[in-house]
Amino acid sequence: MRNITFTQIIRETLEAEMRRDPTVFLMGEDIGIYGGAFGVTKGLIDIFGEERVRDTPITEQAITGVAIGAAVAGQRPIIEIMFMDFILLATDQLINMAAKLHPIYGQQCPLVLRTPPGAGRGYGATHSQSLERIFFGVPGIKIAAPSNAADASALLQAAIRDNNPVIFLEHKLLYPMRFEVDDDLPPPAPLGVAKVTRRGDDITIVAWSYMSVLALRAAAKLAEDDIEAEVVDMRSLAPLDLESVIESVKSTGRVLIVEEGPLTGGIAAEIAARINEAAFEYLDYPVKRLPGADLPVPYAKNLENLSIPTI
Amino acid sequence: MLLPQAYQRMLLIRNFEETIEELFLEGRVMGTAHTCIGQEALSVGVAAALEPVDAMTTTHRGHGHFLARGADPARAMAELFGKSIGYSKGRGGSQMMMDPAIGFYGANGITGGSIPFATGIALDAVMRKSGRVTVCMFGDGASNQGVFHESLNLAALWKLPVLYVIENNGYAMSTSTARGLANPCTADRALALKVPGVSINGNDFEEVRNCIAHYATAARQGNGPAVIECVTYRLSGHSRGDPRVYRSREEEEQAWQNDPINLFEQKLISTQVLTVEQAEQIKKESAQQIKQAVQTCEKAPDASMTEFENSLFAQ
Repeated sequence: MRNITFTQIIRETLEAEMRRDPTVFLMGEDIGIYGGAFGVTKGLIDIFGEERVRDTPITEQAITGVAIGAAVAGQRPIIEIMFMDFILLATDQLINMAAKLHPIYGQQCPLVLRTPPGAGRGYGATHSQSLERIFFGVPGIKIAAPSNAADASALLQAAIRDNNPVIFLEHKLLYPMRFEVDDDLPPPAPLGVAKVTRRGDDITIVAWSYMSVLALRAAAKLAEDDIEAEVVDMRSLAPLDLESVIESVKSTGRVLIVEEGPLTGGIAAEIAARINEAAFEYLDYPVKRLPGADLPVPYAKNLENLSIPTI
Repeated sequence: MLLPQAYQRMLLIRNFEETIEELFLEGRVMGTAHTCIGQEALSVGVAAALEPVDAMTTTHRGHGHFLARGADPARAMAELFGKSIGYSKGRGGSQMMMDPAIGFYGANGITGGSIPFATGIALDAVMRKSGRVTVCMFGDGASNQGVFHESLNLAALWKLPVLYVIENNGYAMSTSTARGLANPCTADRALALKVPGVSINGNDFEEVRNCIAHYATAARQGNGPAVIECVTYRLSGHSRGDPRVYRSREEEEQAWQNDPINLFEQKLISTQVLTVEQAEQIKKESAQQIKQAVQTCEKAPDASMTEFENSLFAQ
């Protein structure tokens, strides 16, 4: 076993995948010499050179569109969008091109888009959003949202080897967090499979990405009051592993869905509706949501803390 | 591509497009389609300059490019009929067809959407040193999209083998170039990035073919992208049901005097490449080919929902 940060294991996974497959390459803003805004790709340019660790100008739509073209032509590009907020500049390419390539045109698009969502660092309204909801409702795009180092590596490997576009969420609060992991990288874990990260009989807490970390902390706190929460870490949002959620809800009868993004129009709403449709008779209480506020993410620390789920 | 073959291709495109317009009027195909009547010479000119390994991307107005590159007219038409034998199995329609086997990387319903996509195909060519050139077709309207400038900058920085071929047909839907472009010469947009930018007569098959061949060779040698504006005229309306209130019938009549197929035919006859009889024969054959394509479509099985539902993701 060893102790490693979320950032380090992603870097190691990228390196291992690039060594394994020569068609895997990286592209993004300041990912080469600078090593990425969060330092994830630090040193990779020294190993693989400028051809495979491509610094780009500030040009999100072109980065994304170019990666999609290269993917269809046979490469396996991994692009970094520096903050998830900037993905909005690339949305046309993702939704109107990448998501249509297989179902409409019959072509493979093995693309990974890595990006950090989330608040908590005082970056303000345009560097703190959790925008996965935009792509959640777009058939044809996969979304991975790991909450720990081992899952990040296992899901990133799966995403890189997947023949479809995958948005890979790296919550910015996870980057410096340390985790105990095996000495070797884990094997790939299939996208679209949730994991019960804590067993309990009293309530199910559904979460993903950094909210899964908070869910485990909350569960530990509840245990002090003899309330045993079961935590279902979704790990992926698309495909959505509803079965794991339903299975847990059947045994607890209560469910809380935690989502960092705003209440209205969120992914939690969709999960809640599906639980109601599939397991209403097992519910002792209505499905509850703990979302962010219906407000832009504010700058001031006190406001920011009051606008997102915290513990 | 020999000259009679080029003439045959142009006629095939014209017949295809005219047939599509008729089928719409008769209610036999649905949705929308954008025809390229009047722009056939440049489609075939570009295709004639390319090697089999090369790639081409197109726009919402892409039937001509696809057929010029060698698409099967029956399968292309079947896509408009929404039939299972269509290039996208009836799921895409007029604006969404692709066939990498013939170096055709498709149409895109978003104006300018295929510009970075084509640039990415060119990046792949550099990375695997395949010697492939990608030709990215789009219109004067798409040249106003920001992503054109983003892509051109990347292509110039990385010396990617991609040619941006702008079909300046005078109109972006209803908006004339005079009302949509501060400088009506779209080729000039290349100059700010120190990329070669030329404007040529898009209604002259040989001028287009020679110019594209020249820049394709340069791109293959590692000299990077070029922007080639082909000036033409969209004799058809923008799409089905366009009342063409934004231009006069006189203007259209004048444009028909410059119909590229007529001009090419006159040239082939006057230079004795073809006799009048041979030209008539090619016309007949091309009309017959499209007629057969329609019959094939009508007999073809419908698109399959089960198959579609199982195709959301690649394995």
